[in-house]
Amino acid sequence: MFKRFLISCDKATTICDKSQYKEATFFELIQLNLHLVFCKFCGLYSKQNTKLSEICKQKALDSKQKSQCLSTKEKELLKQQLKEINSN
Amino acid sequence: MSENQIVLNPDEWIDKYADYLFNYAITRVNDYDLAKDLVQETFFAGLKSAKNFEGKASEKTWLVSILKRKVIDHYRKINSIKGQAEVKMNFYENGENEGSWIEERVPQSWDNETEKSIENDELKKQLEHCINQLPQKYAIVFRMKTIQEIETEEICKELDITASNLWVMIHRARTQLRKCMEDNWFKK
Repeated sequence: MFKRFLISCDKATTICDKSQYKEATFFELIQLNLHLVFCKFCGLYSKQNTKLSEICKQKALDSKQKSQCLSTKEKELLKQQLKEINSN
Repeated sequence: MSENQIVLNPDEWIDKYADYLFNYAITRVNDYDLAKDLVQETFFAGLKSAKNFEGKASEKTWLVSILKRKVIDHYRKINSIKGQAEVKMNFYENGENEGSWIEERVPQSWDNETEKSIENDELKKQLEHCINQLPQKYAIVFRMKTIQEIETEEICKELDITASNLWVMIHRARTQLRKCMEDNWFKK
């Protein structure tokens, strides 16, 4: 019974990754937190993972603000190519 | 004629949809030239199969669905280079290091100085650099999940992978990113 709560570092860090997206289940969170009690490496991983998420969040905000486009020249070229194919 | 209300206008495609499609493609593959190629192929494929267009969906939806297929095809191609089986394999499963931290992967303490510079553009640049170092298939999944913030279910559908597959890839991506950020930034 108790064995179900004991997980490897690999499992723990995978759950930790999931929890970064708030997608870990309640049971997984119990497993993770129990593991974190006695594993300082995974504790550090958790901490850094959170930081990584923060930086990603910033990037996500950035990328939502800018949208990229093709240049007018490339579009014109594409138009010509389309026309050629269409007329064949 | 009323049942065939939506008619395709290939002459207007570029002006109307090129930007949208290009943006869709580049947020997924993160490569200018590749995104351009995918959009181009989408328009060509659209022209070729224009006679199969039934007018059930709008022109835009129809073109996006073609582009989606192109992205999946690309994803499959890079995924099959090393084989699907590799993705399912566990990160720590082989050898004596089974289930535990390998010494070189053990996290080092990150300096608190960095907390102040979290807004720093350099940090974001470094992250970008690290993401680009990832194997392409991990990078695509990681970007979609973390930067585009697309739902797990949708990514799985779009790339035709299972949820557990996705988490293994996210896990590997994050493990490698953590290491990369540590080596290139936090240790300096």
